[in-house]
Amino acid sequence: MVDLITPPPAIIDVDHDGDEGHDEHHGATGILKWMTSTDHKVIGLSYTVTSVVMLIIGGLFAEIIRAQLASPNGTLVSLAQYNELFTMHGSVMIYLFAGPFAFGGLANIIVPIQIGAPDMAFPRLNALSYWLYLMGSITMLMGFFTAGGAANFGWVAYAPLSNSINTPGAGADLWIGGLLLTGFSAIFTGVNLTATIFYLRAPGMTMFRMPIFTWNMLVTAILILLAFPVLTAGLIMLYCDRHFGTHIFSVAGGGVPVLWQHIFWFWGHPEVYILALPFFGMATEIIAVFSKKPVFGYKSMVFATLSIGALSLGVWAHHMFTTGVVLLPFFSFMSLMIAVPTGIKIFNWIGTMWRGELWFSTAMLMALGFLFTFLIGGLTGIYLASPPLDFFTHDTYFVVAHFHSIVMALVLAGMGGLYFWGPKITGYLLNEKFGRIQFWFLFIGTQVFTFPQYILGLDGMPRRIAMYPHSPQWKTLNDWSTFGAILVGISMIVFVVNVGYSWKKYPCGDNPWDAQTLEWFTTSPPPHHNFYRLPQIRSERPTWDYNHPEHRSLAHGTGGTGTHHEPPLANAIVGALEHDQDHDA
Amino acid sequence: MRVEAKLLLGLGAFFGVMAVVYWNWGHENAGGVMMFAGMLLCLVPGSYYYWWSRRMKARPEDDPNATQGEGAGVVGSFPGSSIFPFTLGMGAFFVVLALVFGIWFLVPGLGLAAWALLGATAEGRRGGHV
Amino acid sequence: MRRFVALPLGALALSGCTVPAFGAHKGATTESSSVFHLWQGFSIGAVIIGGFVTVLFVYAILRFRRKGDNIPRQAQYHLPAEVIYTVVPILVVFGLFAATLVVENKEVANPKANVTVDVNAFQWGWKFTYPHTETVVIGQTTQDPTMVIPVNTNVHINLTSTDVIHGFYVRAFNFSRYALPGVLNQFTLEAVKTGNFSGQCTQLCGLYHSLMFFNVKVVSKSQYTAWLASTANPVAFAAAQKTTGQQTATQVPTKPASSHGDN
Repeated sequence: MVDLITPPPAIIDVDHDGDEGHDEHHGATGILKWMTSTDHKVIGLSYTVTSVVMLIIGGLFAEIIRAQLASPNGTLVSLAQYNELFTMHGSVMIYLFAGPFAFGGLANIIVPIQIGAPDMAFPRLNALSYWLYLMGSITMLMGFFTAGGAANFGWVAYAPLSNSINTPGAGADLWIGGLLLTGFSAIFTGVNLTATIFYLRAPGMTMFRMPIFTWNMLVTAILILLAFPVLTAGLIMLYCDRHFGTHIFSVAGGGVPVLWQHIFWFWGHPEVYILALPFFGMATEIIAVFSKKPVFGYKSMVFATLSIGALSLGVWAHHMFTTGVVLLPFFSFMSLMIAVPTGIKIFNWIGTMWRGELWFSTAMLMALGFLFTFLIGGLTGIYLASPPLDFFTHDTYFVVAHFHSIVMALVLAGMGGLYFWGPKITGYLLNEKFGRIQFWFLFIGTQVFTFPQYILGLDGMPRRIAMYPHSPQWKTLNDWSTFGAILVGISMIVFVVNVGYSWKKYPCGDNPWDAQTLEWFTTSPPPHHNFYRLPQIRSERPTWDYNHPEHRSLAHGTGGTGTHHEPPLANAIVGALEHDQDHDA
Repeated sequence: MRVEAKLLLGLGAFFGVMAVVYWNWGHENAGGVMMFAGMLLCLVPGSYYYWWSRRMKARPEDDPNATQGEGAGVVGSFPGSSIFPFTLGMGAFFVVLALVFGIWFLVPGLGLAAWALLGATAEGRRGGHV
Repeated sequence: MRRFVALPLGALALSGCTVPAFGAHKGATTESSSVFHLWQGFSIGAVIIGGFVTVLFVYAILRFRRKGDNIPRQAQYHLPAEVIYTVVPILVVFGLFAATLVVENKEVANPKANVTVDVNAFQWGWKFTYPHTETVVIGQTTQDPTMVIPVNTNVHINLTSTDVIHGFYVRAFNFSRYALPGVLNQFTLEAVKTGNFSGQCTQLCGLYHSLMFFNVKVVSKSQYTAWLASTANPVAFAAAQKTTGQQTATQVPTKPASSHGDN
């Protein structure tokens, strides 16, 4: 039994042996240690490794899909196999890679350390999350080994295509089962993150001193709690329709197929932000650190994140404009409004770089690549919020290109996160030269594979087709897209090679990047309960304040020259939120 | 605590307004109900936090001038390691396989889950890992 | 408000030929050309905003590279800039939304139509029924069916599906709509150009989704009348009309007993 003890008072000189018994974790070793660990860093690392494996699996599916589309009458895979491939490509990437990588992997490791907590609030629940996620992934992928093949109704599983008549077989049930498991895993992680952020912050770490990454994870966790139960309920309904003879989504029994879309997208659109916000947070931290500046417009950044979270619950039906049965103006307006906080974020990122001292490490290059790619994906997203333009482009490659710009931006940011925080987790840097090579392959590959898809979409190529015999003129653009996908694939190979090449080669020390937030105050890797000591926390950059006491943020009025401005609106809101607290204190 | 409470209350209020507007405009039940439930999911814990925050002293993490010493002490008591999350995860896995391949998978599934629940409870009471 | 928006939009429409197309096209219906102009408007906005951001971004990258170990000024807030980049996007969004509303209302309006076509999608083909005539066209993956409509006429489409969700998409119309089981989707279009246009199912509908093609042939009014007369087939029509009638009456489509069941 280990008591979770917050670190001793801040001291300048630290006797590292001063609190023995907490830094070393006595107990099982080897695989049993891995299986029984409740340390958030071990669980987070398991999450990270598993989700990167999923990224590679999903990427392999993508390469096969692109190879099939390289000719108008592709014969690499059959029509049935093609349906399985793109279904599982989407499912693996959305359910098994992007989310778990962000809120299970990096967030699990970084958030507790960023706020000065000794562990997650519910360590055993955290471990359970990982096992549910791992078993859910295995369950979903097991579909390939059943007689009927894996699920083949697209990652959105629209009823009635997903009912037992149109999609019989175990693959679809395994898909549902796998999603139930990973869904619960996500819910538990959401609970854990919220409780950790609300209850385990270090003294002085007020809400408005939390790093942006932690803020984004808090909003993500709340969105998880709002959205995932809806998906779980929907999946249970779908299962009942398939096996217990209910008719929730089938017209024949008086059900409504569109209800599935409402339920699915009520989860699905917040899910987009559940995927995106953590990566926004990673990019924010990276850009600030490698510009040697505080996050520009910290408070407006927080409110932008909160507004994205708030609006995200009211935009789901923009995926359903062409059903003809949704309230177009409401969803159009809400979806367009999301562009405003997103725009604020983009300008804040550029503001952070402005007049900074930019250090183009691999992590920074990845973050900048994220910014540019996300800008393209965001701008094309604005078109899709307008129903007439959505009628025009819905279910064509334009949409495919749009969300691949977005998710590839997230992959870039995630890779940046690995290069940035990897040293903190492992104690060793990755090779920068390989990192740069990987970045250029990934960045250029992304643009080369998405850009032709925009044109193909405008030219009328529908998504999810395995061949295009009537339109052989699409071959050239498809070939370019395939070429881009190959470049992205090479970048992943470079990454794996880099990990192997740099294995325990470049010890990094506590703070290799001169970074700002609390996780860089402790050792790399951090001890069992994360900290031997904590600095006084007087801003959102305690480590920076400690290392550069003469260079605190101007907003805090303790250094530098010239005037500083604070936004009165944001300040008024923060003031109102904190007002009562001051009275109590 | 008060910032956390107001955060949730604010989100809940926004969802409430959105639910009312949406339902009165669109007359579509599923979305209205889900938004209403989303509102409750924010308002209920938010109100609880708010109620508590009026009755408690500011915690060190809410005090901008707190020193690290104020936070020292025992936060809680947890097993340093535990096999039961793994066991419960495997149990859930078999239960899900029962949904697909047949009811007999429930035997190992529920067995493992029961063992995990009993074991984890005992672990918590006994105070020590396996 | 509407006039305020319609003015620049109209000006845009007049000068449509000089504004770049941004990858889209004017299309073959009155609706498709207003969508096209909306597309141009959005694209101009996107190019301006995207260009502005890219210039800032590239400037920052080139101008502020690290030169030694200085620590820059730790500025964190700049009130005027933050206000501008909050307010301007809000104004842009309101503008885009207003323009959207104008075109959207045009598209979802159901003006009086002289020709009606009942379009029924099924796995994996299309059935076009012409009520009050005796013409029905059915086609599957092996042979693409053709929907014939007259030019310069409001054509009213009743879209249904027999089994799963399909997508009725004609690129030349800049338009798509789901064919939903149990729902009657209606819209009106007016073709302004004659010619052959290809259409395809865009919503994943199972195994042969990739091959669910159809054609739309826009002909002159006289050719249309002649075509109707030449294709009248009372027997096939009676069978088809029966199923369609049932669907609209009870909202419960049943699988046609005919030869579509190759799944």
